[in-house]
Amino acid sequence: MLTILRYNGNFDGFLAAIFDVYDLKLQDAIIRREDGEEVANLFAQEIYSSYDEKKAERVQLRLQKILGKRGLRELWMSFLGEEKGIEDTLLSVIRYALKTQKNVLGDYGHPDVLHLRDTLKKIGRESHRMKAFVRFKLGDDGIYYSLIEPDFDVLPLLEYHFKTRFADQRWLIYDLKRKYGIYYDLKEVQIVNISESESKNGLALREIRFDDDELHFQRLWKSYFTHTTIESRLNKKLHLQLLPRRYWKYLSEKNPLL
Amino acid sequence: MNWDRLQEKLSILSDAAKYDVSCSSSGSKRTNKGGLGNASFSGICHTYTPDGRCVSLLKILLTNHCIYDCLYCVSRKSNAEVKRTAFSVGEVVSLTMNFYRRNYIEGLFLSSGVMKSPDYTMERLTKIAKKLREEERFHGYIHLKTIPGASPELIHEAGLYADRLSVNIELPTQKGLELLAPDKNHKEMVKPMDEIKQGIVQYKDDKKNKLVKSMKFAPAGQSSQMIIGATQESDLDIVKTATALYKKFDLKRVYYSGYVPVLSDEKLPALNTSVPLVRENRLYQTDWLMRFYEFEPYEIVNADFPNLDLEIDPKLAWALRNREHFPVDVNTADYHMILRIPGIGVRGAKKIIVARRYGRLTYEKLRKLGIAMNRAKYFIHCGKYYVSNDYDSLQLRNLILHSGKSKYTKQFDGQLSLF
Repeated sequence: MLTILRYNGNFDGFLAAIFDVYDLKLQDAIIRREDGEEVANLFAQEIYSSYDEKKAERVQLRLQKILGKRGLRELWMSFLGEEKGIEDTLLSVIRYALKTQKNVLGDYGHPDVLHLRDTLKKIGRESHRMKAFVRFKLGDDGIYYSLIEPDFDVLPLLEYHFKTRFADQRWLIYDLKRKYGIYYDLKEVQIVNISESESKNGLALREIRFDDDELHFQRLWKSYFTHTTIESRLNKKLHLQLLPRRYWKYLSEKNPLL
Repeated sequence: MNWDRLQEKLSILSDAAKYDVSCSSSGSKRTNKGGLGNASFSGICHTYTPDGRCVSLLKILLTNHCIYDCLYCVSRKSNAEVKRTAFSVGEVVSLTMNFYRRNYIEGLFLSSGVMKSPDYTMERLTKIAKKLREEERFHGYIHLKTIPGASPELIHEAGLYADRLSVNIELPTQKGLELLAPDKNHKEMVKPMDEIKQGIVQYKDDKKNKLVKSMKFAPAGQSSQMIIGATQESDLDIVKTATALYKKFDLKRVYYSGYVPVLSDEKLPALNTSVPLVRENRLYQTDWLMRFYEFEPYEIVNADFPNLDLEIDPKLAWALRNREHFPVDVNTADYHMILRIPGIGVRGAKKIIVARRYGRLTYEKLRKLGIAMNRAKYFIHCGKYYVSNDYDSLQLRNLILHSGKSKYTKQFDGQLSLF
């Protein structure tokens, strides 16, 4: 009989659900978020996987042994893609790994491993793009502000990069799609939520007063962008391939000032 | 600050710097030591201009005043059509810091026309890098162009602050140089390359032996560039020069810049000549074959084949000339040979090596790995199964050529109609 295991929606919760799959010897199981969609199956039983730190930890240690630290991190990363049903892929890969006791993440011939690899590639690419396409604007409070709407939930992957690079300035990167941001106060990075009403369309962020020089530097940057283009080599197709339109919204060089 | 003035300078001096093709910000592991910035080892392209080139560094000239009169260069002394200007040290520093803080750029690529004398110019370039590092505590990427004829001491000092140094060889042949840049010659131009190489070797030794607390010296190495299509050189000439640079001076990169006709002179290609984009691309493919695909330069171009085939890529061209190596069994062949199969790149080759440990590879699996089977299928077999291949090389060439649409078709139409 098909069992639908519901979990709390985060990665640790998922690992705990994996524990239950093995503990309850469920042959035919799918794992779904508790707030996820209904699964239409008359004969399925639905059970709730209660979160237990110890369960999650045991699965984590076991997987780490087989897949390595890096492999485990990759499983976590694939979660950030917010793909519906990624749990099925992960469960299949984990079953495969536990059965063979091998680091199967290199087996591109296995359809679920390949799917996992493709997902990771997409997430990695998006995270790299955000390292490139974040544009800070300096507020009159000395904080550098940036708005983003990435395809995936990549803020957790950006934290380290921006913290080490912009160590001597305060900054905030806010994900408008997922309504949370990361803020660095010269010491550490914290997650910030701006209340629902404020964050509607990023209103609160857009009403920031900017530093007197901000406009000037944006103008200089736009001018640089124009003048560094070689007209006799225009290649619009390549341009759009490298800089897809959906990212233009927050790029200073592609927009009117401020 | 006089913003309008700065605006004008930036437009002139970025315009003049844009023909320098290098934009790489990779290869350095500089970390942030209590200031601003670090180097990303794989580099980051922050935006792309409508010509499809990436913008990674703030690429500007310190000045476009120049005492030299190189015919191919917009900033040549005798060109009365450009407005001349120069940044102050402070202006470059402020632009770099403020652009970097907004995450526009990975760092600075500073070059210059030669003002007063090579030493005078080099000293100012070095001063900017030093100020950024020591006063502004900037740890982002810095690429400095070394000025031909500058003293070894100054070049050495530049290496202490820069991540990368570059010396442009300008043109692929000495003959071309004599024709277009009578003030310069290759022998003099490569001197600083040797000095930089010594500096890098020394730095690596010091680091290894932990003799002294070693000061970084151009950790991202040195590069060079040459203009192609401005003189009558063959691709063999170009590859010869590039190979010599890689071998003698351990260069990280040799860049090719397809000549953009900006000036009119009887010694130069006419103003309406199109930029040799396809040739440039084929040369870069050749460069990749040499650096990542374990090819020897003379396997690709040689006395019998002095020019690259513009219609097909050099790896396919090599495979068609050397059919005796194919078909390759992807399940048993070594990495070196897999790299040589048309349609398989470095990533594909690595995937194949890993994936075949888990079981035999079939055509279907290869396709799923992302291998370009429309080409590869004629050059591989998976055990007993392979695509029949009774074609001679010319037939095969046409078959592959017509099975896909080249992104250069349009350019070809333009170029071929010239003949």
